[in-house]
Amino acid sequence: MVGGEIMETKELVRDLIDGKLSMEELYRVISSDKNPHRFKLILDVLQEKVPWDDKIILPLSDSLFIVCKDNIPTVKCKCGFEFGDYRVNWKLKAKIYVRDSEESLQELYRPFMHSDPSWMEIREYYCPECFTLLETEVVPPGYPVVFDFLPDINAFYREWLGEEPPCEAEFVDKTLKYIQEKFK
Amino acid sequence: MPEILEKMGLKEKLDLCEKLYRETGAYYGLTGELELKKEDPFRWMQAYAKIRGALVTAREIAVHISSSPIVRSIGELAFVLYTPEGDAIAHSTGILVHVHTMSDDIKFMIRNGYEENPGIKDGDIFTCNDPSIGNVHTTDVHTLVPIFYNGELVAWAGGVTHEVDIGGVVPGHDITASTSRFEDGFYVTAEKTGENDIPFTHWRIRSQRGTRAPLYFDLDEKCRIAGLYMIKRFLLRFIEEEGIEFYWKFIREVIEQGRRDLLLRVKERLIPGRYRAVSFSDTPFSQEAWQPIARIDHLAHLPVEIQITPEGKLKLGMDGASAPVPFPWNCGETPMQGGLWVQLTQLLVHNAIVNDGSYYAVEYEFPPNTWCNPQNPQFSYQCPWYYLIPSFTGMQRCLSRGFLARGFWEEVVSGYGMTGDPVQGGGLLSGKVFGEPEDFYWPVATFEISCTGLGASAVKDGLDHGYAMWNPEGDMGDAEDWEQIERGFRFLGRRLLPNSAGFGKYRGGTGWEILRVLYGTKGGQLFSLREGYSFFGSGLYGGYPQATGYRFFIKNTDFEVRVAEKKPYPLGDGDPKESEAESLVEGEVTRLPYATTYPRVFSEGDIFHYTISGGPGFGDPIERSYELCEKDANEGIYTPDVLEKVYGVVVEKQGDRWVVNKEKSEKLRKEIREKRKRRSIDFEEFWKRERSRITEGRLIEPVKRMFRESIALSKTWGEEFKQFWLLDEVML
Repeated sequence: MVGGEIMETKELVRDLIDGKLSMEELYRVISSDKNPHRFKLILDVLQEKVPWDDKIILPLSDSLFIVCKDNIPTVKCKCGFEFGDYRVNWKLKAKIYVRDSEESLQELYRPFMHSDPSWMEIREYYCPECFTLLETEVVPPGYPVVFDFLPDINAFYREWLGEEPPCEAEFVDKTLKYIQEKFK
Repeated sequence: MPEILEKMGLKEKLDLCEKLYRETGAYYGLTGELELKKEDPFRWMQAYAKIRGALVTAREIAVHISSSPIVRSIGELAFVLYTPEGDAIAHSTGILVHVHTMSDDIKFMIRNGYEENPGIKDGDIFTCNDPSIGNVHTTDVHTLVPIFYNGELVAWAGGVTHEVDIGGVVPGHDITASTSRFEDGFYVTAEKTGENDIPFTHWRIRSQRGTRAPLYFDLDEKCRIAGLYMIKRFLLRFIEEEGIEFYWKFIREVIEQGRRDLLLRVKERLIPGRYRAVSFSDTPFSQEAWQPIARIDHLAHLPVEIQITPEGKLKLGMDGASAPVPFPWNCGETPMQGGLWVQLTQLLVHNAIVNDGSYYAVEYEFPPNTWCNPQNPQFSYQCPWYYLIPSFTGMQRCLSRGFLARGFWEEVVSGYGMTGDPVQGGGLLSGKVFGEPEDFYWPVATFEISCTGLGASAVKDGLDHGYAMWNPEGDMGDAEDWEQIERGFRFLGRRLLPNSAGFGKYRGGTGWEILRVLYGTKGGQLFSLREGYSFFGSGLYGGYPQATGYRFFIKNTDFEVRVAEKKPYPLGDGDPKESEAESLVEGEVTRLPYATTYPRVFSEGDIFHYTISGGPGFGDPIERSYELCEKDANEGIYTPDVLEKVYGVVVEKQGDRWVVNKEKSEKLRKEIREKRKRRSIDFEEFWKRERSRITEGRLIEPVKRMFRESIALSKTWGEEFKQFWLLDEVML
């Protein structure tokens, strides 16, 4: 530690994301100036945790990562399942379970302590391989699937990190095009 | 420059300030290095610390003048120092959402020529609580005083307190039964309310007759004025010590620094791109409202889209938001900016210079003619929180995705609980209790809402019962203190509400419950508000939303007899399936699947229950560690059956403690994954099922109305909706 701030190591970052830091250590991390090298550290730590070799270029969640696959930024689950081009909402390739009845909601919640299923449903998006619950979506029936996060990878690497992007990808949402092609 | 500025009117100064920002993109045109800061950074930081310290001191001292527990013990007040044009320089602790709202009061007065009529002079006092220009709702009363040095207006000091009652159509501070401005209660639209440092007599008479709690209103005003005059005295001394030249330069630089700090944080902590989140809010008034126009069930669409440009600019939009409503939930553009500001200060600049520079650093779009920019002062704005609060939980989730992607997992927060269920109303005492005079009015203005559960982070559970999005210093208040004013509404219990925390690998902060009884009264009226038919948002990355609220009360009870017979009495509801209250009290039970109600009449001995929200969760619950699950069981956060069904964890009693059976739990977690595999479907099947609900109209009217409104109000949102479901036309 230097001057009350934390000297960040790979071990510390690993302990951080594994929830192993004590409250005191964690608050020190929160209140310290941010380490400009954290991004690289986290990529290293995450890369060591996954059982595959594709290079992670951006984490999307604690289970999903964008990797460079055949020069296409691709969403990949920690188990290895690939959801395809990150510019198509990955939820469209997930397995989905919808809690839209009192019975299914009361598997989780006490009566009176959940939404009315005619007002709102819980959509659960699972990885088709390992069946990790990747996202819940709480919306009224008929609500389009939400595309939570579409990063601009080119701009991030080129303009913020000053590096060449690991794979070129125009910043564009391809979800609606995918739906058109799939269902028309 | 200072000589020229001295001769300019306030309106010209404001125009100049805005022009300089427009032309340079920097506050007051300060594009290069900040000269004063560069010259003497220690003096610069010391100056900021002195101003901030004076504001905090003013708050800490003035709060003791107020007698309202909302202000005195919960801390619902704040003091802010503004430039002559109305930009916040620094602020105290407290209800920070108002740092920006009071800024718009000042700008409104300047733009409307107050300098000429009624005039702005040394010793003047102005008051505003109009949410259509500044402010969030009428209940937050602002007092503003101009500060002059050598005859020139050099600053404004603003103070805000949250009132117990504001004279609306029903008693309370966040009412449900208002449909227009004319039912919102006491309105003060940026008025001069004092001269020569003394409030006008006519103002004092009018304001005291305008609310149901004149004593609290009076003492709250004295609290605000006292704080403001402490700030005024400090500032004049500060200018004498530092010099007026330094002061002028410093206040511009410190705001520009605030703007730069936020931009730096964006590039330091986030990722450029597009972020989306959506929240909702239910209004179940078909069986509640008195007014025909409000007798509907309604679901509001509260979408958030954040774009972070390659240049590092943060843009927030709410395209697709629902239309204004005949309820008190409409929200002016200024409080939306206030909500945005208060969230930015907590999420991005919690360890930097915080002032209106943060406001200048972002772009926003609150679409006209929607609930978040209604553009009609005649609508009701009594409780915009009902939509504002859930909507900004979406902002937390959006930015958290950026934090996680950038590697700052410790900054992630999955949202927060609705600061809901502030039970309100009032009644008359019967005189039955010693020392309580007959027919004395007891207001009910509960404020435990300032302690909801915070959402989970990516590395730890959410804060239990300790967060409010509008005031970063959550305090639930002392029950004994509250009973001093809410005399007929006695506490039976306050305790954790099991299973109210959003599920996840890291759980949301837990919520809690309160049970009270009417005693020593001639009866009274009570109402409250919280989400019930709808969750208002998701968790993050597989985390679930926190439990919703519900309404539960028992009328015509045997409570008094039970107490006389020294039988046990309930402390809460606990589990609605096996209610403790129902098992220990006889009476007429009402349970509603929603929580937002109009006032109902209650009688002596009636039992009333309310709940304070937990927070949403983070990550897949079946990845939660056994240690944390065991802790949850022993602390009563979750019941064993919920740990089993949601977390796949079997706990068994060993002596006094619950202990996880790891072997059984591992087997159960495997079974849960198998169950997920068995009953989940592909997107194709999901898409067809959901689409058919639209094409066949199998949606309830509130949902249909919500879609109709968003499609009509936003061409972009409507087009995306149609393209997603491949519909040429939406007939709902």
